[in-house]
Amino acid sequence: MSTSPVREFRRSLRRVDATSSVVEPAGFDAALADALEEPAVGAPLPFADLSLSDHPVALDPSPRELRAARTGVTGSRLGIADLGTVAVESRGGGDELTALFPERHVVVLRASDVRPDLESAFAWLAEEFDAGRDSLVFETGPSATGDMGALVQGVHGPEAIHVLVVDDE
Amino acid sequence: MSETDAGRLASLVSRARSRAARPDADADRIRRLLAEEGDQIKANTRHFNAERYDRIDEIGAERHERYRTRAREIKADAIERLPELIDRVRESVADNGGTVYIADDAADAREYVAEVSEGADAERVVKSKSMTTEEIDLNEGLEARGLDIWETDLGEFVIQVAEESPSHIVGPSLHKSREEITDLFEAQFDPEESLDSAQALTEFAREYLGERIEAADVGITGANFVLADSGSIALVTNEGNARKCASVPDTHVAVAGVEKIIPSIEELHPFAELIARSATGQAIPQYLSLLSPPVDTPAVDFDSPDEPGFGGSDAERDFHLVLVDNGRTEMREDDDLRETLYCIRCGACANSCANFQSVGGHAFGGETYTGGIATGWEAGVEGLDAAAEFNDLCTGCSRCVNACPVKIDIPWINTVVRDRINRGKDPGLEDVLVDGLVPDAEEPGTPLRKRFFGNFETVAKVGSATAPVSNTIASLTPVRRALDAGLGIDVRRELPAFQRETLVEWAEGRATVDDPERRVVLYPDVYTNYVQPERGKAAVRTLEALGCAVTVPDVGGSGRAPLSQGMIATARDKAERLAADLGDHLDAGRDVVVVEPSALAMVRREYEKLLPAATYERLDDASYEVFEYVYGLLENGAAPDALTAGDGDGVAYHSHCQQRTLGLESHTVAVLEELGYDVLTSDVECCGMAGSFGYKSEYYELSVDVGESLADQFEDTDRTVVASGTSCTDQIEALLATEARHPIRLVAP
Repeated sequence: MSTSPVREFRRSLRRVDATSSVVEPAGFDAALADALEEPAVGAPLPFADLSLSDHPVALDPSPRELRAARTGVTGSRLGIADLGTVAVESRGGGDELTALFPERHVVVLRASDVRPDLESAFAWLAEEFDAGRDSLVFETGPSATGDMGALVQGVHGPEAIHVLVVDDE
Repeated sequence: MSETDAGRLASLVSRARSRAARPDADADRIRRLLAEEGDQIKANTRHFNAERYDRIDEIGAERHERYRTRAREIKADAIERLPELIDRVRESVADNGGTVYIADDAADAREYVAEVSEGADAERVVKSKSMTTEEIDLNEGLEARGLDIWETDLGEFVIQVAEESPSHIVGPSLHKSREEITDLFEAQFDPEESLDSAQALTEFAREYLGERIEAADVGITGANFVLADSGSIALVTNEGNARKCASVPDTHVAVAGVEKIIPSIEELHPFAELIARSATGQAIPQYLSLLSPPVDTPAVDFDSPDEPGFGGSDAERDFHLVLVDNGRTEMREDDDLRETLYCIRCGACANSCANFQSVGGHAFGGETYTGGIATGWEAGVEGLDAAAEFNDLCTGCSRCVNACPVKIDIPWINTVVRDRINRGKDPGLEDVLVDGLVPDAEEPGTPLRKRFFGNFETVAKVGSATAPVSNTIASLTPVRRALDAGLGIDVRRELPAFQRETLVEWAEGRATVDDPERRVVLYPDVYTNYVQPERGKAAVRTLEALGCAVTVPDVGGSGRAPLSQGMIATARDKAERLAADLGDHLDAGRDVVVVEPSALAMVRREYEKLLPAATYERLDDASYEVFEYVYGLLENGAAPDALTAGDGDGVAYHSHCQQRTLGLESHTVAVLEELGYDVLTSDVECCGMAGSFGYKSEYYELSVDVGESLADQFEDTDRTVVASGTSCTDQIEALLATEARHPIRLVAP
């Protein structure tokens, strides 16, 4: 019995306390507008047909904007279905910082980029490393700590993650 | 007596006294830690441990085992090829635009990081969690150079503020309750609002440390793995602080032991599967960062707050990878310590350790490292003296063996280090007294108490031959006091009572089954033979009822007692002798059945280290735990009718730690259930008695604390309590004031 990878991905996201939604490409702008809490900062999306330019999202923000932003938007080229993991790449547009400073991280990800498990993600990683794209972070659920005597989400990173899956299949 | 002799004697006596004084100091320290930190440590480590079991169940034991096997292969290969991999890292990091520095020792590493910081005109440094920087006292080194250092991992931050040392490899502040942290922070920072919840404390720390990260000139991280081919580092965190420390300042220094190198991204996969599952019972950490610095992420210049492009800094990113040797090259050349270098520092050996769960890393740890594997690290990095401080807290229960994601034989490392510590002791008065009295193979210097427990077989032989008089004498108050003062045997423990007729004597000349299905040697381990022959007789009757011809040969101990005291030479002697004696029986086509799990575990596990490979394999293949054997007989068609059925009777069963490590708990449960017993099993890692451990004065209270968890589970039960190990039954009987027997006595006809 096989489940669709996107369905499993969304179930895993729920398990790690992240939210998600699925939209057709045509519905992307509306869905993103829903997911944003302003002020927002963003890094350019790594997809030719999707852009943040029509949204109230500061690209290349100043440190003050970065610090004040409630939402950070990045595009991801990898989701891991059975873990609820997304990849945040180290790019010149500052994806890493955008994903880390604001309390809410909105991830834009294409359905075709959801891979089943860590093993298949590492197969993808090996190709990426070969291509010289060798700095990234696997992010799974909100930043968390148990060091203060109970589990608290939102430590040095975001306390909420929303993954916007664009159904390109 | 000459003046020199008199002086020598006086010095020997004073040295013996100062050694005798140690147990009291240890007892006080352990008592204090049990009271002050025990509850918190217990709750946290047991939570991690339970989560680990759950996550492994989720993916399946077989898959987890596959990753462990592969991870170990990768580490073994990487350590073997370490010089070559170091060269490869130098090249790849340089190709990326960074610098590799190999630091020979702690001082060298501190000096280098200080120079890099000064070169960057740094005033403030932020750090993410790194045990290696703890090992080299980096913070103290940088502070001495006038730098302002902040730990950004919240657990490390608590420890920094409290000016304490980490109590756990993964959770440095595991020993602190929320209330204690609130008191600490309110006293230290005098905040406007009360920090009386984990949420409030976290928010405060996030703000406080966030400001420091923004103003930092240098970010220091560790590295969980270093990938040679691409010059990458992998970092595992849940908070996100390592990412911030690595990406906000334009200078990044990563400090890691040389042993962290693996060949490439491909080899990282099994570790990515294992590390968080083993550490905290997470399928994957919140953040698994793979960085091949200098990274493309722009550094943030918070001094230009309104400049777009993250402050528009045009500074080039600067990256330094400091690979610390500090004893590791020597560890690599040491056949017994080498495996320590496979350690990925997940803390599973601490979480799965019953003693650690009670007392934590402030007792069960050295200068830097804590838990089971700490002995290897401290012996290799700091030296034997540091390891000697806590080495005896490992009872060899072996529960960490299956927990370790890279299959390090941690109990063996603890045993080898114990042996070296024994040998390192000066020969003293003790040796004058006992040399020649005890038939061991140890060099003078081995502490008297270790030689007493290590030669338990001799004690048992004499005790049995003179029973019941020996038992009466041993129980007399003045004798107990003398044993306490001289050998550190706690007066609160009941000593084993030796039986006048041993199992071997009982079996001598006894008729057994004619025309048997199988021929069996029932191994008369020291406890079964001298102390609990009834369980041996029950085993013989059971096996005979299932159609086996049973022989109980007059053979010696397995070597478990000397091995547990770190007396490896003596244990090897015993192993060789037993292997030779049993060899004749194996030649005659007999299987070896063992009642005492600690003796079976010697044959199955430790003999691999003590005997030639062929001898070990032959004995390993032919030996069985008694219920494992009964299970096999029943599976192969033996009729259970001849045994005593349960008719739904309730049984509370505590398996033995080493038996569970060998995967042999389930056979007892299966047989009992097949015979109609209703079985409840304990879920503690160990009973806390662990052979001689619970008898030692300074560990008595810890042993009882560990045992209480087992006692709590069986306290209100009206079930019949059974346990497989002698130690376990002794502990249960002491704590529950109920009889505890070996389960073979239930089912025997």
